[in-house]
Amino acid sequence: MTDSGHGNLLSVTDLRTYFETEDGTVKAVDGISFELKQGETLGIVGESGSGKSVANLSLMRLIPNPPGKIVSGSIVFAGRDVLKLSPREVRKLRGKRIAMIFQDPMTSLNPFMRVSKQLMEVTRLHLGHTKKQAREHAIKMLEHVGIPDARSRVDSYPHEFSGGMRQRVMIAMALSCRPELLIADEPTTALDVTIQAQILELINSLKAETGASVILITHDLGVVAGMTDHIIVMYAGKVFEQATTTELFERPGNPYTCGLLRSVPDPTDEQGKLYQIPGLPPDLAHLPPGCPFAPRCERAEEICRREFPPYVQLTREHYSLCHFASDVYTKSQAQEGNR
Amino acid sequence: MLRFIIRRIVVIIPMLFIVVSLTWGLIRLAPGNFYTGEKKLTPAIEKNLREKYGLNRPWYVQYGKVLWNIARFDFGNSLKYEGQSVNQILFRGLPVSATLGLSAYLLALFVGITTGTLAALKQNSWIDYASMVLAMIGISIPNFVLGPLLVLIFALNLFWLPPALWNGFPSKSIVLPALTLSAIYIAYIARLTRSGMLEVMRSDYIRTARAKGLSETQVVFRHALRGGLLPVVSFSGPALAFLITGTVVVERVFALPGLGNYFINACFNRDEPLIIGIVAFIAVTVLGFNLLVDISYGFIDPRIRY
Ligand SMILES: Nc1ncnc2c1ncn2[C@@H]1O[C@H](COP(=O)(O)OP(=O)(O)OP(=O)(O)O)[C@@H](O)[C@H]1O
Ligand SMILES: [Mg+2]
Repeated sequence: MTDSGHGNLLSVTDLRTYFETEDGTVKAVDGISFELKQGETLGIVGESGSGKSVANLSLMRLIPNPPGKIVSGSIVFAGRDVLKLSPREVRKLRGKRIAMIFQDPMTSLNPFMRVSKQLMEVTRLHLGHTKKQAREHAIKMLEHVGIPDARSRVDSYPHEFSGGMRQRVMIAMALSCRPELLIADEPTTALDVTIQAQILELINSLKAETGASVILITHDLGVVAGMTDHIIVMYAGKVFEQATTTELFERPGNPYTCGLLRSVPDPTDEQGKLYQIPGLPPDLAHLPPGCPFAPRCERAEEICRREFPPYVQLTREHYSLCHFASDVYTKSQAQEGNR
Repeated sequence: MLRFIIRRIVVIIPMLFIVVSLTWGLIRLAPGNFYTGEKKLTPAIEKNLREKYGLNRPWYVQYGKVLWNIARFDFGNSLKYEGQSVNQILFRGLPVSATLGLSAYLLALFVGITTGTLAALKQNSWIDYASMVLAMIGISIPNFVLGPLLVLIFALNLFWLPPALWNGFPSKSIVLPALTLSAIYIAYIARLTRSGMLEVMRSDYIRTARAKGLSETQVVFRHALRGGLLPVVSFSGPALAFLITGTVVVERVFALPGLGNYFINACFNRDEPLIIGIVAFIAVTVLGFNLLVDISYGFIDPRIRY
């Protein structure tokens, strides 16, 4: 995975998305930055509530307002700042150049509308298809994502498909206009394990075919291992670690990432006991002054509870938000050597 | 589907039986008779009357006759409006009630759905607050207060509209009664629409629709309204049935010759066949419209199968 010659398709800088709630301001995404090159796949990992979905909905300006608001930052997609576009221009991006697949295929399709109509809607809107063209295109897309008998099933309603098939329909819909960026928000979380692998495989092959960039969101590190070039680890609305996939798996530089890695089920482990990071994610409306992970961290010391940690650069593409980033990194390197 | 409809129609029969029996029983339990008036009748005349109308027969014969009449949908003659059959009176009153009811219904649907949708789309704006306060008022003011109030303002003070009486349709005379009648339905429908739309607008498939790049108008009209209006559908079927079968208070307040007004008169007059005729007719209509609503659900929501 070399990056020579390719520019950034997407470059997010200091993005902050807050929600005003009765409980106070929820800083769901608080100053994250990352870049995505053309044709690359970026994994975003983190526990529930860490801000993964909010971050990605922000990219498409789909944050419900009120209560949500993107308070600062820039999102430069293909050379233009999405946050500075008019609503009309944003709509031209959505579904055409940036497409999204959501977590729950059971509820993400309109239950009252035939699948054909839901698919045709996108290409008629963005590609100016006639009814007939759009219909043919819809059937072609369904065949493409592996729905058997696409021609006869295209007029079904969503409830007539299984969960896995519905997610395929969602993928067909997302890829209808050949987007440059595909955001898949936990596309397999709601599906059972065998189907999960099929769906990921499908996304992978379609990506290879269309050359699209992909952002793959998940809370399961196991899922992203084989599919991504880079990984961002999010916690409490912040990027805790950022590295290439191999680097992150082999030499993690953040205690939170280490915890996540330990909680990935290891098929070679005979005992099969699963590690879990102790405690719960913090309340984003009332964050303590220090490191938000400190109360749950094995490595935490006095300073962690007092001062917000620095964002330490470990190698050219490896960053970690931790007071002891270098220590953790060195230890990982040593462990890697032992193995 | 057909089996479902047949089953539902079969259920209507015992329900109708219960309604009619209760009505008949209540009329009989109440003291007095249709011929009891200001003037005391001589025993001879009273005996003649009782014989003529079969009141001297055992109660089960009279009750059986009532049921037999219902089964044939012929309720006999009115006791008060001499020489007129109950059916004739029904057909005279129904057009008035139905015209008024339907006008009020369409008004309620249009205004209720529009304000409810606007309130939901602009949640917590002044439109939202204003319309929900109005809806609250609409629900809490009884129509025997609202009717005279509107008459006072628009008829007796501003002279814009006639205060009462029926001039057919379309005419100015329908405006005030329709408004009075629809107020509470507007309020209910607005609230139902608002909560239904709020729920749908938060749902995942609306987010999907937005992520496709559809405009907000397209999102609302193509994707949201259908699901958002489901609660309104189940409310509006029975509502229509009640509205077109005559509304006692409003027809009384505006002196309109509809079923509701006939019904009150029939009660005052102890006009048993007319009372039972109107009650049976209303019961069948309400039950029928409920069935229609259930059937229409199947068309609106493809997930429902019978
Ligand atoms: N509409 C909203 N109003 C208030 N708070 C919200 C809203 N949407 C999200 N949040 C808050 O933002 C935070 C991040 O949520 P987000 O959905 O991005 O988490 P996530 O990382 O995607 O989690 P999951 O793995 O469960 O999908 C949460 O604390 C959540 O409570
Ligand atoms: Mg999420």
